[in-house]
Amino acid sequence: MAVISRGFGRRARESDPKLPPGQYLTEDFPVLSAGPTPRIDTDQWAFRIVTEKNLATTWTWADLMALPIETIDTDIHCVTRWSKLGTTWRGVSLDTLFKDIDTDYQFAMAHSYGGYTTNIPLADLLGGKSWVAFEFDGKPLEPAHGGPARLLVPHLYFWKSAKWVNGITLQKRDDPGFWEQNGYNLHGDPWTEERYW
Amino acid sequence: MIVGGWMPARVSTVTASTTNARILEIVVPGWPGNLPGQHLDIRLTADDGYQAERSYSIASSGPGEVVELGVDEVPDGEVSPYLTQVIEPGDELEVKGPLGGYFVWHADDPSPVQLIAGGSGIVPLLAMARARASARVSTPFRLLYSVRTRADAMYADEIDGLAAQGIEVTWAYTREAPAGWAGTTGRLTPQALAASVWPAAENPLTFVCGPTGFVEASADALVAGGQNAARVRTERFGGA
Repeated sequence: MAVISRGFGRRARESDPKLPPGQYLTEDFPVLSAGPTPRIDTDQWAFRIVTEKNLATTWTWADLMALPIETIDTDIHCVTRWSKLGTTWRGVSLDTLFKDIDTDYQFAMAHSYGGYTTNIPLADLLGGKSWVAFEFDGKPLEPAHGGPARLLVPHLYFWKSAKWVNGITLQKRDDPGFWEQNGYNLHGDPWTEERYW
Repeated sequence: MIVGGWMPARVSTVTASTTNARILEIVVPGWPGNLPGQHLDIRLTADDGYQAERSYSIASSGPGEVVELGVDEVPDGEVSPYLTQVIEPGDELEVKGPLGGYFVWHADDPSPVQLIAGGSGIVPLLAMARARASARVSTPFRLLYSVRTRADAMYADEIDGLAAQGIEVTWAYTREAPAGWAGTTGRLTPQALAASVWPAAENPLTFVCGPTGFVEASADALVAGGQNAARVRTERFGGA
């Protein structure tokens, strides 16, 4: 039985069934990151996937733009408790990027310009579940939100959607990334409130 | 760090800090203590079962079951107006924590520390300044505190007293400076920021906390000024 806080009452705007437990709706787009915002030009940008055989497949910005681009309409949920509903992105599916990748490993570590990392099981990246996104709300993704490109894994808390993403390394175990080493859950499902250790 | 479930807490003292901010002391039986810079989650439950949860920075650190929070009211917020206007000593809530293992200062780290606060972003940084005194270390500390006006400064008197502990404090006023203020008023310029922080050559560990625009501008200025981006830690306030 939870403790009742005297004088605290419900606010109508919080009652949306699309909100996972413990989340509240926000209309703006908060920025949360651990350090300064890296600024990466698209002509410097590259993304690579590295397998257990140390084989790297690399895409330049032009390579990425030449791949099939999808529009993603989705809700996003930050572990700091804001959720934003009905966001629209454009990006390339990880299924597309993984088409010719040969790996037996089941886990991935996403890497970013600036040194950020986050771990994600392959099962949460593939099957139409994640994208390298470069457009938000019809405009190029701003640097503060991870531009030129970020990972978009909307079914997990948003710290998994690594900003300024520049690659994925396959890993044998689900070794923790940056926030996961600093107190956040290894997996991060908003609907079961996998927030912390 | 293992985070358990929700812990009942009782408000022990409530102190007005500014027009829009209050300092709350809560007693949390079984609180394991916390590092300076950590935060906790608060859960409020209405009598019809409705719940709201938010994160708040902790102004205190170390052992003990009394936890100090500095809460600034977010316009049109849901939880902060309750904490700044309604809650009184004796009222109950629930907390989870301590949380966060990155935006923290360890007293055994001898690196010079630069604290940069905007508005209520002072709360976790004050915890670090207090921890320096508790640990009786003479680690070089500087604090740059940007507020709209003097009346908007949380912990103003305590911050004025930090100089006596050897902490260099620089105030920046964005709207209105106090009478007799010799500096400029307005948004902190990269030049003004560079003039008050530790030089890059000192390899300081920098903590920046405040509203998003303030943190973005400050962190950008630090990096442009040659500071090592990997040594600049940021915490951005958002939400309600």
